[in-house]
Amino acid sequence: MNAAEIARDVSARRVSAAEVTAATLARVQAVDGDVGAYLTLLGEIARSSAARVDERIAAGEHLALAGVPIALKDNMCLEGARTTCASKILEHWIAPYTATAVARLLEAGAIPIGKANCDEFAMGSSCENSALGVTRNPYDLARVPGGSSGGSAAAVAAGEAAIGLGSDTGGSIREPAAFCNLVGFKPTYGRVSRYGLIAFASSLDQIGPLARSVEDAALAYDIMAGYDPMDATSLDRPVERTADSLRADLAGLRVGIVREFDTKALGERSDALYREAYRDLERLGAELVDVSLPTADYGLATYYLIAPAECSSNLARFDGVRYGLRVEGADVRAMYDNTRAAGFGPEVKRRILIGTHALSSGYYDAYYVRAQKARTLIARDFERAFAQCDLIACPAASCPAFVFAAKSDPYSMYLMDYYTIPMSLAGLPALSVPCGWTVPEGGNLPLPIGLQLCAPLFGEKLLLGAAAAYERATNHALAHPAQIGTVPA
Amino acid sequence: MNRAWEPVIGIECHVELKTATKMFCGCRNEFGGEPNTKTCPVCLGMPGALPVPNAKAIEQIVRTGLAFGAEIPAFSKFDRKNYFYPDMPKDYQISQYDMPLTVGGIVKYWLEDGTMKQCRLTRIHLEEDTGKSTHAGSGDGRIAGSSYSLLDFNRAGVPLMECVSEPELHSARDAVAYLESLRRTLLALEVSDVKMEEGSLRCDANVSVRVAGTTELGTKSEIKNMNSFRSVERAIASEIARQIEVLDSGGRVVQETRGWDELHGVTHPMRSKEEAHDYRYFPDPDLVPLAIARNDVERWKEKLPTLPCERFERYTGEYGLSVNAAAQLIDNIPLARYFDEVVARSENPQQSSNFVLGELSRLANETGVAVGDSNVTVEHLAELVALVQSKRINSKIAKELLARMWEGGGSPNAIVEREGLAQTSDPSAVERFVDEVLAANAAVVADYKAGKTNVLGFLVGQVMKASRGKADPALANELVKKKLSS
Repeated sequence: MNAAEIARDVSARRVSAAEVTAATLARVQAVDGDVGAYLTLLGEIARSSAARVDERIAAGEHLALAGVPIALKDNMCLEGARTTCASKILEHWIAPYTATAVARLLEAGAIPIGKANCDEFAMGSSCENSALGVTRNPYDLARVPGGSSGGSAAAVAAGEAAIGLGSDTGGSIREPAAFCNLVGFKPTYGRVSRYGLIAFASSLDQIGPLARSVEDAALAYDIMAGYDPMDATSLDRPVERTADSLRADLAGLRVGIVREFDTKALGERSDALYREAYRDLERLGAELVDVSLPTADYGLATYYLIAPAECSSNLARFDGVRYGLRVEGADVRAMYDNTRAAGFGPEVKRRILIGTHALSSGYYDAYYVRAQKARTLIARDFERAFAQCDLIACPAASCPAFVFAAKSDPYSMYLMDYYTIPMSLAGLPALSVPCGWTVPEGGNLPLPIGLQLCAPLFGEKLLLGAAAAYERATNHALAHPAQIGTVPA
Repeated sequence: MNRAWEPVIGIECHVELKTATKMFCGCRNEFGGEPNTKTCPVCLGMPGALPVPNAKAIEQIVRTGLAFGAEIPAFSKFDRKNYFYPDMPKDYQISQYDMPLTVGGIVKYWLEDGTMKQCRLTRIHLEEDTGKSTHAGSGDGRIAGSSYSLLDFNRAGVPLMECVSEPELHSARDAVAYLESLRRTLLALEVSDVKMEEGSLRCDANVSVRVAGTTELGTKSEIKNMNSFRSVERAIASEIARQIEVLDSGGRVVQETRGWDELHGVTHPMRSKEEAHDYRYFPDPDLVPLAIARNDVERWKEKLPTLPCERFERYTGEYGLSVNAAAQLIDNIPLARYFDEVVARSENPQQSSNFVLGELSRLANETGVAVGDSNVTVEHLAELVALVQSKRINSKIAKELLARMWEGGGSPNAIVEREGLAQTSDPSAVERFVDEVLAANAAVVADYKAGKTNVLGFLVGQVMKASRGKADPALANELVKKKLSS
């Protein structure tokens, strides 16, 4: 069931939040052994939240997300709940406060079902970097759900939540959404407060929803978006409601197709699907225009300097002194070394090392400063492109969900975010929407792929509106060719 | 043969700002308290917590810069200074690297003999303070040999001003005079308590020496652990002497950080240049660049209080007060303000300062009531100054009057009127008292005439007494002398 329908039914008292919660928890019991979406189930908190929502509904309150079960990526704080970042270093840490975005959803009546698995500290594209559990793709359990918000994606795809909360630094919402046949939406940087989101790369991290429909994503976004005095990077500017302005067609819109993103490289079937998707946009009334992002190719290199640089500093606080894992040593330096050696996984260590190097004296100008300049150039490319078009359409990921261990060398994993990173560097709002199915070579189950749409800064309303028109016209999300046991009826 | 050496000193000060809340969170900014009671997720560096800058702290730094005539750039930013230390919650300190809030400026200071000097500032920037470590298990509170450390984060995140001087001070006494001026100015601006003993003022000194007359800087050492102005003076003097000794004996000064040992009166090495951290400064991505609005700067500039050096120059120059009197007033800002207002009305700084620093300060000490809060208004004191200046009353009566004004307030003119306390300057009236006194003290008069002229004072005193203090003492003196020599 979709979030919008649940909220309508609970608000109309056709069903209680308690009943929805009980059904969702039962669904988790039934399927999560296979899927592994959650690291922590919030049974108690979920039930008491549901009881409170039912009281508020009975008292005549209007709640936009009444009774909507949600999955929280485990890098978001919820007071009293274990919050691990899928890392051994925070394996037993209980958050003492609640993230702003989470608090806003709960205040609107959402029910937190569980803390969802992710790549450790959101660093990865498959969830395989989690130190605390394995999450499988509900459409093919032999494959990864994508990452880093893979647990949230899998939870929604498997019917273990109606909305998944993810965070996107270089594609961590959009790529798992594509892998799990969902809508995954990263708002403009600064739209949603980062307060209580455990930072990976502060200048890139952005919270957003993963949902079964554009409408659901819009619903959650409308609640979360807006200025937060606790986050100095949150935007103090009005937020337009998006949920009531979903469009039926794309008449009058110019959609840019990026010259440099040649889909032929993605294989015959994917290439055909993306071409069909572009034609669908055209059929809906859009004018397709050829645009160029000449520096987008430098996105990956730029990203892998800026994000590690920020993470090397952001993750310094996990030192064993005040909270989290502590492995004793002969003195405080040895304690730091032992704690961080035992607490962080290989990908996190790799990025801390890259970032520390990029910021060190003598290398700072050559790496960090240069990367910041490249970031500005990439953002300018988008500005120029948006002078010619209203939206940009391109693939959301380099391939469909892959089997476990298929991308064991880090660079091939980094390439997964080739199409999503440039938008992140430019701070732009972007989403992934289902655009068809492909049976990969050597596989036997059809797998979903995602179309990425991107708007200029603050263009959420246009972006979600257009995505809704495409979704309604194509209905890819509703087609469930893989009727495996874990996919909800 | 020994060359003549010139010491070169630069001072780095860390000053805790006196804001209501901490730099990046809503916790109270207060000294002391039960450990870890003034903390929150932000100042404890909890995962996911974010800093939001305190606008008041930014204002205080900019006002401080303006007080020293610094340039206030239109844009500034916060950077992260990365290093691991247990009392630093995030293992980086939010500071400012290449775009401080204020650039340049001049600190004027004076020496005991009243000489004004000045030292340029490099910059003033804003950062956050760390927590406090207490090392335990070693018996002497030192980290060496301690078995565990206790951490108190009440201080973590307190706004900290770093004020860096150019290397333009040339003696330990200059350095202390510079610090005193800095301290006075910060007090006048009400931006800090500036208490070295509570740690709200901490300073390090960069010391080097060079051959007198040359301009190139020698190799410096950085002196830490100085806990009072006196230890700053001793430490710098000792370090200068040490470096000169090293150079005179043909050695070379090593660039290093040295700690001041108060007990033994020497500095000792702490760490060498090679052990220095690479802080990996980079712009803090959690904070946006700061745009400093020009109209705010103008408004703050207009509202700056009178600064200690302005007062010093006016008091010792235009007013002709002694260095000591000027300093006494300047170091008690409410008293200086009171004094300024009295002078504005009386136009007699000397007499006004006599009252303010003399009788009024004595009464204030005795009663524990500040002069400014007493019954003696600035208008009334100015009246009193005018009464003395016009010789309507003499100083003895003035003193009595002041005690009565302190007690019950009121205009001295009115009291003098009502009680007929005005000084008698009418020669015939005073002459009557003189005649009375000389007649009643024939023996003393005889002594005077026999050459014991020192009895004159006694006789004048008798005249004053007979007039119940109202006689003009100068006139009385003159008449007594005249009568005795006739």
